Amino acid sequence: MAEYNMHILVCGGTGCKASQSELIKANFITRLNEYGLGDEIQVIMTGCFGFCEKGPIVKILPDNTFYTQVTPEDVPEIVDEHIIKGRKVERLLYKDPETKEFVGDSKGMDFYKKQIRIALRNCGFINPENIEEYIGRDGYAALGTCLSEKTPDEVIGIIKDSGLRGRGGGGFPTGLKWELTRKSVGDQKYVVCNADEGDPGAFMDRSILEGDPHSVLEAMAICGYCIGADKGLIYIRAEYPLAIERLKVAIIQAREYGLLGNDILGAGFNFDVEIRYGAGAFVCGEETALIHSMEGKRGEPTVKPPFPAEKGYNGKPTNVNNVETFANIPVIINKGAAWFSSIGTAKSKGTKVFALAGKINNVGLIEVPMGITLREIIYDIGGGIKDGREFKAVQTGGPSGGCLTRSFLDTPIDYDNLLAAGSMMGSGGMIVLDDSDCMVAIAKFYLEFTLDESCGKCTPCRIGNKRLHEILEKITEGNGKVEDLDRLRMLSTVIKDTSLCGLGQTSPNPVLSTLDHFHDEYLAHVTSHKCVAGQCKALMHYSIDADQCTGCTLCFRNCPVGAISGEKRSPHYIDQSLCIKCGLCFTKCKFDAVLIA
Amino acid sequence: MNKIKNLADLKKLQSEVQSKIKLREKGDHPDMLVQIKVSMATCGIASGAKETMAYLIEELEHQGIDALVTQTGCMGYCYAEPTIELTIPGQPPVVYGFVSKAKALEIIEKHIKLNQLVDGIIPVAYSTIDNH
Repeated sequence: MAEYNMHILVCGGTGCKASQSELIKANFITRLNEYGLGDEIQVIMTGCFGFCEKGPIVKILPDNTFYTQVTPEDVPEIVDEHIIKGRKVERLLYKDPETKEFVGDSKGMDFYKKQIRIALRNCGFINPENIEEYIGRDGYAALGTCLSEKTPDEVIGIIKDSGLRGRGGGGFPTGLKWELTRKSVGDQKYVVCNADEGDPGAFMDRSILEGDPHSVLEAMAICGYCIGADKGLIYIRAEYPLAIERLKVAIIQAREYGLLGNDILGAGFNFDVEIRYGAGAFVCGEETALIHSMEGKRGEPTVKPPFPAEKGYNGKPTNVNNVETFANIPVIINKGAAWFSSIGTAKSKGTKVFALAGKINNVGLIEVPMGITLREIIYDIGGGIKDGREFKAVQTGGPSGGCLTRSFLDTPIDYDNLLAAGSMMGSGGMIVLDDSDCMVAIAKFYLEFTLDESCGKCTPCRIGNKRLHEILEKITEGNGKVEDLDRLRMLSTVIKDTSLCGLGQTSPNPVLSTLDHFHDEYLAHVTSHKCVAGQCKALMHYSIDADQCTGCTLCFRNCPVGAISGEKRSPHYIDQSLCIKCGLCFTKCKFDAVLIA
Repeated sequence: MNKIKNLADLKKLQSEVQSKIKLREKGDHPDMLVQIKVSMATCGIASGAKETMAYLIEELEHQGIDALVTQTGCMGYCYAEPTIELTIPGQPPVVYGFVSKAKALEIIEKHIKLNQLVDGIIPVAYSTIDNH
């Protein structure tokens, strides 16, 4: 049996496959066999490198050479030069966009710096149910350092200097929040971890809790030390059974090892953590509603101030942070504020975890430095748009956010730029839309969500959103008028200005941002009753092309409402008054005789 | 387990654990001890990671291959679940996506037994806190 001493990796991602990467692989095998090297060098097809803009990608191991935009015709040259003579084919190497130099060893490519795993450092690396694996990766070392070498004020100073901002959406400076809670006077204080992740398509917090629960426990203990709390509570939705299970295991192990409980690490500091289950209401991600829910009351928000830092759980000073925020804390303590703040932009430091979903090839969980552009996320990491379709927009911030269009592809992503663009960071859901997505329908989808999730306490949110939804429904059903667009905008503004909590204040955002960026699409719906994306069924018109129809009766037999009539072997006809626009005739027809207008 | 009393104890345990992991990587018999991590977050489990893991354990035992199969959290490659990371002692870890039972068997037969790579590797595309 031959032991291969060299490997040629050919990218088999969707984008590269479309650019003939299978032929590239075949050509490599043929050429290598011509030299009789088939037993020494193995050619392998890999998953997506994520660098699809420069695809097809070929990587050669063990020397880590990274070739970009390789064509099947380039293969003989790579084999003859690189494999046989040991000289890299320079023209195919990756060229650093800044230095304009060719990068021979892919380890030096900035491509790898597009993702830095800080909050996800242990996810997919350690066994989350084994505390020793966490300890082996510097786990609880930050807590140890804080307890034995630093005063609470020093630790808060480090967090403030690091520039860490809340990852739950708002982006409030974490160090400042800790300081405020520390200064609040109370006989009992609490640390709360907000794990009530509820945006459609977001699963960052769940993944952290499932993959690295100890990082959150450690950070909560550090927070407790800083603000003077001996009790931590994790508010997590009951829909996350695996995350709950792993958290429970982690808490038990941490207690066994003396890393939670009394007199932690002999420093005289007591801290313990309890889990509280939420019923999955979106509004309970809002911190005052979350606290009420934990107290056993209705999950409804109250006016701030008083902030939880002054009067929170059981009326005591409470510090609420999101899961991802906590996951960053131990690294900041271990590696220092300067290290952390060297990553990111002027006002947004560090990284952000995004759940990449929608019409994108590499659906997944990514962690990118702040300041990265949407283009890099979508094309370099995400592998481009599915089925080679056209990019239309990205929805960030979930039901509270908005859409970013093509013109924002090169805007550095951070808290402030997203806000300026009419969206928000939110918790990190990122849904990619292509040209087959109707923006009115998208706005309606998010509004439906808010409608379901509104707690009903304040009128603008409860009734206003209902009315907004009705207008959108009218538009997608083809009964909209031009005046409706002004009404949408006016009502949205009122809801934003007058709602009690973040849910209502942000719920019209998807409507406003699609109205701003895709006004033409709204206009087409209300004036010519057309949906360019072809998604609003009520606006579609099915008819049969008499020239193409063979009278095979397939559509006639499949129509669920009997709207199609016609004799065998003669053209059929759709009765528009009966048609429910289900599209079944279109999919069934083998002769392309069904037309959609 | 005795409770960890102070920072020095913690550091001691940390270095013990690290050398244990190193031992696991290098192994007493380096040709034999193979390490496989299966990504077992909700998304992975929903795509069949449990079945893949059970199959790997069963098949490796059946074939008498000394290997350590453990679970881990989400690697982030949701589009390619189930995903596993395979480490052959002395070699850099390799991540495979879409690991069905058939793929798992192919990985055992070719990668683990013959040290050949198999189609479907997911290339590393990120930096870690250790090298940043």
